[in-house]
This record gives sequence, structure tokens and C-alpha cells, in this order.
Amino acid sequence: MEFNQQLYKKRQRSNAIGLTLSLGAMALGLFVLLWILSVLLTNGFAALDWNMFTQSTPAPGSEGGGLANAIVGSLMMVGFTVLVSTPVGVLAGVYLAEYGDQSKTAELTRFVTDIMLSAPSIVLGLFVYAIAVATVGNFSGWAGSLALSLIAVPVVVRTTENMLRLVPGSLREAAFALGAPRWKVSTMVTLRAARSGVMTGLLLAVARISGETAPLLFTALNNQFFSTNMSAPMANLPVVIFQFALSPYDNWVRLAWGGALLITLSVLVLNVVARVFLREKNRS
Amino acid sequence: MNVTATATASDAKNALELRNLNFYYGKFQGLRNVSLDIAEHKVTAFIGPSGCGKSTLLRTLNRMYSLYPGQRAEGSIRFYGQDILDPKQDINLLRARIGMVFQKPTPFPMSIYDNIAFGVKLYETLSKSEMDDRVEWALSKAALWNEVKDKLHQSGLSLSGGQQQRLCIARSVAVKPSVLLLDEPTSALDPLSTAKIEELIDELKHDYTIAIVTHNMQQAARCSDYTAYMYLGEMIEFGATEEIFFKPERKETEDYITGRFG
Repeated sequence: MEFNQQLYKKRQRSNAIGLTLSLGAMALGLFVLLWILSVLLTNGFAALDWNMFTQSTPAPGSEGGGLANAIVGSLMMVGFTVLVSTPVGVLAGVYLAEYGDQSKTAELTRFVTDIMLSAPSIVLGLFVYAIAVATVGNFSGWAGSLALSLIAVPVVVRTTENMLRLVPGSLREAAFALGAPRWKVSTMVTLRAARSGVMTGLLLAVARISGETAPLLFTALNNQFFSTNMSAPMANLPVVIFQFALSPYDNWVRLAWGGALLITLSVLVLNVVARVFLREKNRS
Repeated sequence: MNVTATATASDAKNALELRNLNFYYGKFQGLRNVSLDIAEHKVTAFIGPSGCGKSTLLRTLNRMYSLYPGQRAEGSIRFYGQDILDPKQDINLLRARIGMVFQKPTPFPMSIYDNIAFGVKLYETLSKSEMDDRVEWALSKAALWNEVKDKLHQSGLSLSGGQQQRLCIARSVAVKPSVLLLDEPTSALDPLSTAKIEELIDELKHDYTIAIVTHNMQQAARCSDYTAYMYLGEMIEFGATEEIFFKPERKETEDYITGRFG
């Protein structure tokens, strides 16, 4: 048996070309990412100190200051968003995967969710401004939380539905075969089988909203003072970063870098935790 | 004395009576005019090549098909006289009386104990100690108790394939149904686990009526009292297992059993 040397050489050539191109693309992507990270880490860690967590944002022209009000504001708004979007998103996902299937309502819900997923966040912010800020007359933490929920809910709905669809039909049938009603099959068997995937979806939704700036500009705005009043304007990391980074004051710019580092690190932690959950799921 | 008396009495009794059963997957007809009786406390086996409708038949008996729009059955299936195809039939209650074990083991993502308790809790309110007893009873029935009694609170997924399948049998037995439907229960298992489950079927038929679908002809011959041979949605021949295997009336049945076809 003779090998076709010419064909072999040709394949080796195309392999070399393909490999070079993909390695080049990877190097470019990695280079940009490392560049961003190195700038962020150098500036961010230089800005990091204990005052950042204990003092509130400084007034224009004053020295020092920290981000305590923005950190607490962000945590509160994201926290309420999670409290709202977890039940709404998970239940809607259960409906889509277990009940609706091919019904018109489910098709419509899925369609709307997909639009919401890709809707520019500034549009959602403007909408909440119109219904919850303009009508009330002041910016508020509640409005900020509402805007973030509009972004988080579709993410949770879709991941929950997808994760539930991965649960094999035989498991559902096995539960039905014992005479279990549909709601028990959904909550006690399928949702349980998909729980790590659903948790991952929640964490990724939190990661997604914790850096959103546009919707908060219109809704929570900012607050120079420490405040836990959700009915008043509320400080938050993304808007503080936005305002401080563009300011002429050195301490403000420094704090903006510190805040950027904090957000990046927390998103990183969330992603790592999400991966751990997913790995657990794959093991079982 | 009494034992033989009940045995003969039950010989005459049927748990399920199927008459002119037709089944449709949308436009495709999966079963054609099937009529047969499934005798109480006996094992009835369904054999035939893939796609012949034997699993479909089993899935009409607990109305599993009702989960899927577009699938429907016509004719009548009487379960101790009650027509289970009646739209007014409560499907969940029916399924609690007619249990099913599937081809692939399907333990729920919970502990071994909760796997058993899940079905029981649906229809009975038991105290902690009564539930403990029931779990032990069901696991012993499925010949699994000795292997798992020290790890009842571990996940059901941690068991081996054969153990998982016996857990699924225990789970079905625990709700005390009167009929057990077994859909190729050993096709995903190794020979040793298969042997254990076949022994189990022999044990269980004293208390339950069993209908089993199998691709394994020896299995049908070994553990059933009655055998139905099906082909292309029709029941070709039905009778006592020895007769089907040793002197089938129809040539098609003989060809299939001797391996000339299928």
C-alpha cells in the first residue's frame, strides 16, 4: 500500500496555515486582555487602602475619602435585585420548560425574554426613569434595583429553562410514574436535578448587573453621603467610577481605579464560584 | 392448603383486560387492535423486534402517553373492571396503582432514603418510624437493603447501575401498587445484576401482577408465565410461555424465537 505523499504534504501545509492563524488570534485576544488587566491591577492596587472601605466619597476639592457609600449602595441594590429576580426568573423558567412547552403563551414569553436579553441597558434605564423616577419626582435606590432586575430576570429565565431542558425526560417520566402531580415533579425532581445549573445562572446574572452603569445613571443616580435609604438617590460603584474617572481631581481618579478593581475582583469571584457549581453538576 | 386455593382462584382473575386497543402517535398508528388479558399475580412478557409496539403497549397501561400531546389511545383497558382510558380517570391515582420501571435507571437527585420516601409521601402520611419501616421493607423487597442500609442518606446517584435499577424497583414497590410495568429493566445492566433482577421478578410476582417488555428471549422464557409476541403494532400470538416457546402456532413467532428473524 502506497501513501499519497502529495496529498499528505498539502494537508500538512493547510494545517500549518490554520494553526498559525488561530494561534495568532488567540495571542491577540490574550494580549488585549492582559493589557487591560495589568493597567487595572497597577492603578487599582495603588489606590487600594483601608479608607476606601470606611470613608464615603469626598466632596470636590477635599482630600482623601473612600467608597463606603458606593459599596454599600451597590450591595443593597444588587441584593434586592437578586431577591426579586430569583423567584420571578426561576418560576418563569420552570413554566417555560415544564408547563408551557409549545403553547402560545410560552412562545411569546420566550420571544419577549430574548428581546429583553439583547435590549440595550440604557433603554431599560430610560424606561425605569420614565415610570419610577419622573412620576415620583426623585431618583431612588428602588428605581435602580428595578432597572437592574429588568436586566437580570431574562438572564435567569433563560438559563433556568435551558438547565431544566438538560434534565433527561426519563427522570420526569419516572416521577410521573409514581403518581406525582406535575408541580411536585417540577419542584422536587427536575428543579432539584438542575439546581447547580440554575445557581450558576443566578451568579452569572449578578456578575452581569454588578457592572451595569447606564441604567443606574437614570435611576439611582448617585449620593455623595452614606445612605441606606432605598427611597433616596443612592451611591453605587459603576456611577461613581464613571463620574470620578472623568473628574480633574487626583483623589477622585484614584478612587475610580479602586472601584474598578473591586468590581472586577467580585465578578471574577462570582465566575469562579459559578464554575465550581457547574463542575459539581457535571460530576453528578 | 389455603395457598394453593388462592393460587388457583387467582388463575382465573385478570388484573388488566385490553380490548381492541389502537394507539396513535399523531398520524402514525403504533398499536393495531390489540386484545389480551394480563393475569393477576403472573408475569406477562412482551417480545418482538424493535418498534413493534411492545413499549407503546406498556405505556398505555399507566397512561404515560398522556404526558405528550398528539398521542392517543382508543379501545378499552379495564383495570379490575374500571376503564382507565376514561378521560375522567384520575391519572395520578392510576399511576400510584400501576407502577413502572424504565430501561435506564432513573434515581432522583436525592438520598437513597428520600428516593423511596418520595412516592410514599404522595399518597400516605406516615410517622418517622413507619416511614423507616416502609423504606426498609421496600429495599428488602428489591434485594438492596443489605447493600445500602449503612448509607441510606447518601445520594441515590452514588450507587452502581444495577443497584440504581433495584432502587428504582424498590421505589415503585414502596407505594404498594398492584401492577408493576417493567420496560426492558435489565437492558442497561451487566449479567450479574440482570440475574438479581430476574430473581426479584420471581419473588415479586407473589404480591404483584407484572408486565415486562424485553429484548432478551431467554429472559422472557426464564421469568414469565405468559408471553405475547408482537410485530408492527399487532399482537401475533399470545399464550402460556412454554407454548409460545416450544410449540408456537404461528410461523412468524417461531421464526422470531429461533432467531431466523428480528
